[in-house]
Amino acid sequence: MADAFRYRDDAVHEEPAVTLEAFLAQTDASAVRLESGDDARALIPALDRLQLVEIAFPTFRDGRGYSAASILREAGYAGELRAQGDVLVDQIPLMRRCGFDSFAPEAPVDDEVLARSLARYDDVYQTTVDAAVPVWKLRHG
Amino acid sequence: MYRYDQYDQAIVDARVDEFRDQVQRRLSGALSEDQFKPLRLMNGLYLQLHAYMLRVAVPYGTLDSRQMRMLGHIARKYDRGYGHFTTRQNIQYNWIKLEQAPDILAELATVEMHAIQTSGNCIRNISSDQFAGAAADEVTDPRPWAELIRQWSTFHPEFSYLPRKFKIAVIAADEDRAAMRLHDIGIQLVERDGAVGARVFVGGGMGRTPMIASEIAEFVPVDELLSYLEACLRVYNRHGRRDNIYKARIKILVNDLGADEYRRQVAEEHAAVKALGIDPPAAELERIAAMFAAPALDASAPTDLDRSDPDFALWLDGNVAAHKVAGHAIATISLKPVGGIPGDASADQIDLMADLAERYSHDELRVTHSQNIVLPHVRIADLHAIWTALHGAGLGEANLDLISDIIACPGLDYCSLANARSIPVAQKIAQRFGDLGRQRELGELKLKISGCINACGHHHAGHIGILGVDRKGVENYQLLLGGSGAEDVSLAKITGPGFDEDGIVDAVEKVTDVYLARREGAERFVDTYRRLGMEPFKEALYG
Repeated sequence: MADAFRYRDDAVHEEPAVTLEAFLAQTDASAVRLESGDDARALIPALDRLQLVEIAFPTFRDGRGYSAASILREAGYAGELRAQGDVLVDQIPLMRRCGFDSFAPEAPVDDEVLARSLARYDDVYQTTVDAAVPVWKLRHG
Repeated sequence: MYRYDQYDQAIVDARVDEFRDQVQRRLSGALSEDQFKPLRLMNGLYLQLHAYMLRVAVPYGTLDSRQMRMLGHIARKYDRGYGHFTTRQNIQYNWIKLEQAPDILAELATVEMHAIQTSGNCIRNISSDQFAGAAADEVTDPRPWAELIRQWSTFHPEFSYLPRKFKIAVIAADEDRAAMRLHDIGIQLVERDGAVGARVFVGGGMGRTPMIASEIAEFVPVDELLSYLEACLRVYNRHGRRDNIYKARIKILVNDLGADEYRRQVAEEHAAVKALGIDPPAAELERIAAMFAAPALDASAPTDLDRSDPDFALWLDGNVAAHKVAGHAIATISLKPVGGIPGDASADQIDLMADLAERYSHDELRVTHSQNIVLPHVRIADLHAIWTALHGAGLGEANLDLISDIIACPGLDYCSLANARSIPVAQKIAQRFGDLGRQRELGELKLKISGCINACGHHHAGHIGILGVDRKGVENYQLLLGGSGAEDVSLAKITGPGFDEDGIVDAVEKVTDVYLARREGAERFVDTYRRLGMEPFKEALYG
């Protein structure tokens, strides 16, 4: 496991993430790990007690986690959202747009490449859960 | 035509920079081939049998002469002097060097072109009707809608790692010239109470499990279209199969769930996302549509023609369609010369077509899903001059929609997935039926050849389809009959045991002989097949 990094200022949440099944059964848990086939919507009733959601990427080709993250942010989840697993540097800008603010990649990420990638696009075409303003909005005010 | 503003240009320029960075990391060894593969694929770069292939996007098949000339320039400078137009209205180059790919993209960006998402498990180039904006039967020009979807789908962060590739087509006429219902999502624009909206079909496709898309929504208004598509894609991204590449397309999901259940899930998802501000205001579609305003055409232009040259008359009857404005016509340039490679054009031919578009067609060209080129807005009075120039360049073939107007995939001559060659079979069939009089006697006959089960040559949608397979190390060709990618959409059925390379040419001739003997009235080949069924054809082939 390479170094984890995050785009948040709050303290790192120490409680270990439990499985979705365990989380739903344990009413005091505040951290959960979603496997890529898990239904993120199952967490929505419990968002107020959640502080960390870790979403697994068993292979970089498995894109289900992008939807899981978007669903949680759309539902108002404001806690830490971590991408864990086979997370590649070229995917991180897309993951940021889907609401991930924490990364625990299996292989090290080159900081310089990541900085270049994150700075590269000034404009985006879509509205997502991030703060970026889509170009259609810039065009029409 | 759509013109980039500073935002579109900045995004495409940034993409060039990003890909240059990725290629450098690959060349330095920082990226493994396994890691680089999805990155290069999302930019249309394939590794084929002999070299890299670069697929350049031609959004909804529309381009101007400046862009067309750039395609010729790239063919000359970076390839072997030709390009290959594809069934999704794109162009691909088969002899590309990896280290030159970023320079090609930089050159393309100077004419508002790119290779974004022409491959990979993402939303591909949006295709459309090649007669858009010129056809008399359209409700509206579908291209502004296609452009709206192009922008939404470009680098969509949630849908860049889908279970499998995703193809969308948009049309606006009852006549389907874009194989709309054989797409992952097919959209037909329709009018209701004076407003235009989208009739949405989901789950079509070819490949090894061909399916016709089901109607999922009968009318989605423009101000909800992108959120509706987002819902369609999200259900697929979450629930599409990822355990088996051959079952990963959305058609399998829609089929497994059933159209009703898929529709229900999409509606539920749409209810959740449509309040999120995903949909641009109507003004954005209006902004785009203004750039597609019809050219100023003089409806009183002369319509008389000198048909005294019999070759010209054949081309007029075969390749020229009615335009919505009197005095004008839509001319299709066949890239299917007998003995040639379907869809190929040399750099010189590309330049010539660009010149003709600039001079005679209000600077517009279209690529068709049948791998031909269209001059959409020409004066009837100019048709003879156009044909004369085309004829002189080997582009005057009058075989549109005839048996030699073949769709063929690159096959084993280029493709690492193929089991059999397609191009030589296409050439032999075209030669067997080389006489234009004989082809015209057979009438509309769509023949489509794929060199493997992935069906890039659309064999399932051919009136006559041919599928190349590998049978114990020998190329073998199966014959299919009765498919259609048009508004009478249907999937072709296999006749029986396959044939060798020469045998398949004979087999095609036998089934066309059955048609000639048994047709009634003005029936096309496919109509006769539908009326008679498979039996008489089987009897002729195997009896």
